[in-house]
Amino acid sequence: MATTPLLSTAAPGRGKPPRRKRPGRRAEQWSAFGFAGPSVVGLGLFTLFPVAMAVVMSLFHWPMLGEPSFLGLDNFKYLFGEDPNFGVALRNTFIFTGLYVPLNVIVALGLAFWINNSRFAQLWRVLFFIPAITPMVANAVIWKMLLQPDGTFAYYLESLFGISAPNFLADGRTALLSVVAMSVWQGFGYNLIVFSAAINEMPSNVLEAAQLDGATGLRKFWSVQLPLISPAMFFATTMTLITSMQVFTQPYILTAGGPGNSTETLVMNVYQAGFQSRDLGLAASGAWILFAIILLITALQFVGQKKWVHYEH
Amino acid sequence: MSTDAPARPARTLKRIVSHVLLAAVALLFLYPLIFAVATALKPPGETFASPPSLIGSDVRWQNFADVFTYVPFHRYILNGLFVAGAGTLVVLAASAMSAYAFSSLRWKGRDSLFLVFLATLMVPQEVLVVPMFLLMRELGWVDSYASLIFPWAFTAFGTFLLRQFFRAVPYELHEAARIDGAGPVRIFLRIMLPIAKPALGVLAVFTFINFWNSFLWPLIMINDVSERGTVPLGMQLFFGQNGNQWHLVMAAAVVSILPTLLLLIALQKHLVKGIATAGLGGR
Repeated sequence: MATTPLLSTAAPGRGKPPRRKRPGRRAEQWSAFGFAGPSVVGLGLFTLFPVAMAVVMSLFHWPMLGEPSFLGLDNFKYLFGEDPNFGVALRNTFIFTGLYVPLNVIVALGLAFWINNSRFAQLWRVLFFIPAITPMVANAVIWKMLLQPDGTFAYYLESLFGISAPNFLADGRTALLSVVAMSVWQGFGYNLIVFSAAINEMPSNVLEAAQLDGATGLRKFWSVQLPLISPAMFFATTMTLITSMQVFTQPYILTAGGPGNSTETLVMNVYQAGFQSRDLGLAASGAWILFAIILLITALQFVGQKKWVHYEH
Repeated sequence: MSTDAPARPARTLKRIVSHVLLAAVALLFLYPLIFAVATALKPPGETFASPPSLIGSDVRWQNFADVFTYVPFHRYILNGLFVAGAGTLVVLAASAMSAYAFSSLRWKGRDSLFLVFLATLMVPQEVLVVPMFLLMRELGWVDSYASLIFPWAFTAFGTFLLRQFFRAVPYELHEAARIDGAGPVRIFLRIMLPIAKPALGVLAVFTFINFWNSFLWPLIMINDVSERGTVPLGMQLFFGQNGNQWHLVMAAAVVSILPTLLLLIALQKHLVKGIATAGLGGR
């Protein structure tokens, strides 16, 4: 798969240079500092330092204004024990991810196989990618209008299927589903391109061999094509899982977490704790829990990949 | 492939049916965007017509003009262009330079430092925003362009991507340049950067779009939206204030969507290639 060389973490260096002693080893060290300097300082100040700060903050009661005071693990205890919203946000985020990721992958995969037979494959790729690149806030606002009680979706649901539509965004049974639907519409175009590229790169000799062996239809799809693109599927599901655990803008615009807290997600919870309740320590703790879950899921993905991902070498 | 006569028309028919169906799916998929444009051009009272109709009794371009008079949308667009443009330049410069140091120069601590770079890729933005907010406040950067640009301009990803590219440059090329008396700066500017042009281009497009669409961080950092707001922030504020004037809300949505759409149309090949080969742009 095309992404593997870029994702390899092999030791740097383009093969061993000749062993001749080069002039100016010292000078090279200095110019390396010059070249790497901005990034090293930038990453240190804007990533490593905040990460360290986030650890400290999660252990404090840290109001936005006023003196921080040490709490130990009380923030975490509060989130898992007393906080009426955190558990719900955790559950909502898992439900969202559990629905969003499979739907996204299935739609993207199905369309990728479909458009690859087309002479206009590039056109379809670009078309389905449009909402993935336009501002999420605008996309969500458009869907919010379509999902209004007297909106287009409700009208066609009733006139075409005779189903009296619920108030999609204000009904606890449909609000989260609406957020999922909007998100799949918005996001699958990205994976469509990833899959489509992988399908294009399926080695023709393997496909021909399968054809000679009489593999057709579903059998060809399950036993030949799917394994051939499994590295792309692994990449796509891992990335999509990570981003879907961080969902924020869609529910923030569509439902503001409501009705009640039925669409509140983890990142919304962090945002509210930090910047509405102004408890930065609590927000930092929530963010760490999110990070831990993401790490865990990613690790599980990497362990699980041995069962279904086939690399060619 | 065999060319037996009866099979051909059947295959052609199948292909036509497949394309017609695909076009129908694409149309359905694009419906929300078409709907937004149509609604943006409708007179105020007709936005929730029943049955839904894309065409109103009048085509009101005035709606777009109204958006710009209700809120300083031109300001949001200029702010967005400036922040995304400056951010992209910083990302490109910093990543290209460090990628060169990590790929082509030999120095103590290089490989271990690179591992630290890679490790930072795993940290989600949410872990960073809370302490970053404090840092910005300490620096006095609340409500400033700098707060929108610099915190996210030093990503290990750019370094990582370009380093892969630079590593492909044959060692002999370096050696030849060195024998000709070129120093690291000359080699970087004259050899490495030109070679990395395609990768730099792809990185630039995705970085620009990420800055342009970014919402959570501006929402935290910018209080004075009319002065420092970017497009998503302005869009959200506009929606909050004019939520029931859907014809104007849709006009604002169309205005926010347009720049990214133009970028997509102009650079579609690079974008598709960037995703397919480098896994760029996931969100």
